[in-house]
Amino acid sequence: MHMADALLSPAVGATLWAGTAAVGGYASKKLKVQINDRTIPLMGVLGAFIFAAQMINFTIPGTGSSGHLGGGMILAILLGPHAAFLTMASVLTVQALFFADGGLLALGCNIWNLGVYPCCLVYPLLYRPLAGEGRSPGRILIASVLSVVIALQLGAFSVVLETLLSGRSELPFGAFVLLMQPIHLAIGIVEGFVTAGIIGYVAAARPEILESVAAARPVGAGVPLAKALTVFALLAVLTGGAFSWFASTQPDGLEWAIERVTGRGELSEAERGVAAVLRGLQEKTAFLPDYGFKAAAAEPAPAAPAAAWPGIEAGTSAAGVTGAAIVLVLVGLIGLGIRSAGRRPGSTP
Amino acid sequence: MSHHIIEFKEVFFRYPDGTAALRGVSFRIVHGESVGVVGANGAGKSTLLQHLNGCLLPTSGQVTIGDLNLTAATRGEIRRKVGSVFQNPDDQLFMPTVFDDVAFGPLNLGLDKAHVRERVESALSRVNGLALKNKPPHHLSAGEKSAVAIAAVMAMEPDILAMDEPAANLDPRSRRSLIGLLKTFQHSKLVASHDLDLILDVCERCIVIGEGRVVADGPSEDILSNRTLLEANNLELPLSLQRR
Amino acid sequence: MNFHTQYFDLGRLDRLSYRRTAVHSLDPRAKVIATGLFLVTVVSFPKYDVAGLVPFLLFPVLAATLGEIPIGFILRKVLIVSPFAVFVGIFSPFLDTRTVAVIAGLPVSAGWLSFASILLKFALTVSAALLLVATTSFPGVCHALRRLGCPPIFVSQLLFLYRYLFVLAEEAMRIVRAWDMRAFAGRGRGATVFARLVGVLLIRTLDRAERIYQAMLCRGFAGDIPRLGTLRLRSVDLVFVAITAVFLGACRFFPVTEGIGLLAQGIWR
Repeated sequence: MHMADALLSPAVGATLWAGTAAVGGYASKKLKVQINDRTIPLMGVLGAFIFAAQMINFTIPGTGSSGHLGGGMILAILLGPHAAFLTMASVLTVQALFFADGGLLALGCNIWNLGVYPCCLVYPLLYRPLAGEGRSPGRILIASVLSVVIALQLGAFSVVLETLLSGRSELPFGAFVLLMQPIHLAIGIVEGFVTAGIIGYVAAARPEILESVAAARPVGAGVPLAKALTVFALLAVLTGGAFSWFASTQPDGLEWAIERVTGRGELSEAERGVAAVLRGLQEKTAFLPDYGFKAAAAEPAPAAPAAAWPGIEAGTSAAGVTGAAIVLVLVGLIGLGIRSAGRRPGSTP
Repeated sequence: MSHHIIEFKEVFFRYPDGTAALRGVSFRIVHGESVGVVGANGAGKSTLLQHLNGCLLPTSGQVTIGDLNLTAATRGEIRRKVGSVFQNPDDQLFMPTVFDDVAFGPLNLGLDKAHVRERVESALSRVNGLALKNKPPHHLSAGEKSAVAIAAVMAMEPDILAMDEPAANLDPRSRRSLIGLLKTFQHSKLVASHDLDLILDVCERCIVIGEGRVVADGPSEDILSNRTLLEANNLELPLSLQRR
Repeated sequence: MNFHTQYFDLGRLDRLSYRRTAVHSLDPRAKVIATGLFLVTVVSFPKYDVAGLVPFLLFPVLAATLGEIPIGFILRKVLIVSPFAVFVGIFSPFLDTRTVAVIAGLPVSAGWLSFASILLKFALTVSAALLLVATTSFPGVCHALRRLGCPPIFVSQLLFLYRYLFVLAEEAMRIVRAWDMRAFAGRGRGATVFARLVGVLLIRTLDRAERIYQAMLCRGFAGDIPRLGTLRLRSVDLVFVAITAVFLGACRFFPVTEGIGLLAQGIWR
């Protein structure tokens, strides 16, 4: 499941981008040392392979719904963690651009959720020890299913956390987790079997090809990675912390306005229970959620001196609706104008 | 001009899985000769061609290009002399735009920017492909792709041209312009193909490979009109020589 | 979405990016930076703000019209990927029922505002990303990334990915067609067959990677992918970034929509 820009706050987006960029920089640096001449074309072509394979759907047994390949684990098995991470990052980049899966700001989150976990965390720490060096199909099966499931669970949980911390949606934490985790458990099991099936098929049909890929694969990788990851996790937390501290130095104008208008006592039915717990939780960790550019909120807006921006009172919200309608019409007219002006001189291609 | 000479002496090649693809191939091609290599599927044509650019090294025997013996140490040098056009242009055009692809070789030769640009433009105009310069390879037709692949090789100004099935997937018109183009290349060239009419048109000499050996070697007109020889090697008379 | 639609959509978007219009000829770096600024500004809006986001529609509309990109095509792609945002946003109206405004006599809850805000942000951000790639050739985007500090290894293999995307997608399409022709009434469509098909595709891919590597060696490849730098920033690119930044800043920090609304109300009265 891809995270989307619309659900992100800039702080969360930037934090995950920072973490992803750090891992990316580290992986590139590692690769530069370990690289073999044939690694770069191999990475690119395998990236294209994952992309093409993801476009093929298959039926998930017993459900009739369809699934497709995630790919991070296959890449890690073929390329090792660093190269696999960079390749997965580029697959997601191309998806974000061409299929609009997620978005460019959320790309940091998506690379983190679908790239860092399978390639840099689960593969070296779980798959490698489980699968071992041998070619035992049973071990490969167990290792792939477990690894893919765990990587996807981590990814799904991160989507929940990222959405929650961004504070753009009202979806309560518990319900969201209960929705996301089981779905991804099912997807993970199927994908794990498919991953093992693909690797097993290639190993049986063309054993030498896996060996030559292994020869092209960058040397090293493994132990120091866990250490590096701890550093990155710390880095991500620190960056996030810095951002959120910055964000929390001023109270959020909108929240404040809403509280004034509605009063805190009038919690609706839905806000008790899970939502209330969630809100409490959110308030304790509340530096991240409603981060925004505060300057405008702090100063009265010059164009509408009577209302603190953004206005919630009936008068200003009416102005907002009128204004929005006018702006919409204007934008539409501009678009149409350009289009017809462009057509007239016969510049159509 | 000894550097345009290709010589195979008792070349054997065995793939890692044990298949013996070449079993004692010997021939000598002198400067300016244009030679066709024909034979059944699996006869060893592609394996032979891969020895010209050092993608494969002989298991035993000797390959000499110009005045260099092919070894792991000399293959870099040999690749500057031999331009290889692969069977599938998609494998050969690996850069994101036509310009970048044609410039890849000259840049690797260490030429300066102005010189590279010059080479790219002249190679592309030679194959009538200057207008394709900024296109990505996947927007080209099969004919355009093969033209660009040839330009990419010609931009390196090789002494020898080695082509594997250059006319496969080409429509008749693109094939015709390819033949015209090949005729303009004055240096030694080696063309492996099932398209016997193309060989007859482009090459004055023809080598027939069968089961990893040279079965026949001589003037194209003689070899390609020998029905018994051709049919013994899963081939048939070129259409232009068939009488109905 | 089935394979063919995805494939042809991909190809169509790619072809659009090689057009020649004023938008296409801007420096890719300028467009990448402008898009980045746009995205950050849009998502920085607080969760209940809807009116403030409306002026930002001008950006995609201008990009699409000046870049001669069919708007319907972009909208359709936005719709196709919308389910996740809708799914996450749709809960807001039910969970956040505090009334924050009364518009034309109807009470509007905060939840509806935040849902509308999510949808609008979604449309803006997704269309911005699509329009970036529809008006900038992918190699252009890659070179911009390279010049903006992306690791060269990453960019090089990203370019390879793009180059072989269409080749492999076509190969996959041939496999899928052969599969469709012989899988009847839903039989043989399951995960096992899928794994084998993808295994076949993987083997072909690895073989291809080896041939590509050989082709590179034949043209003197020694570990580095050299490129002639062709990007040149012109003043029009700088002006474009500057105007975008000013527009974004103005719409972010001043209540443009409310201002226009108040003005209109003033004139009306």
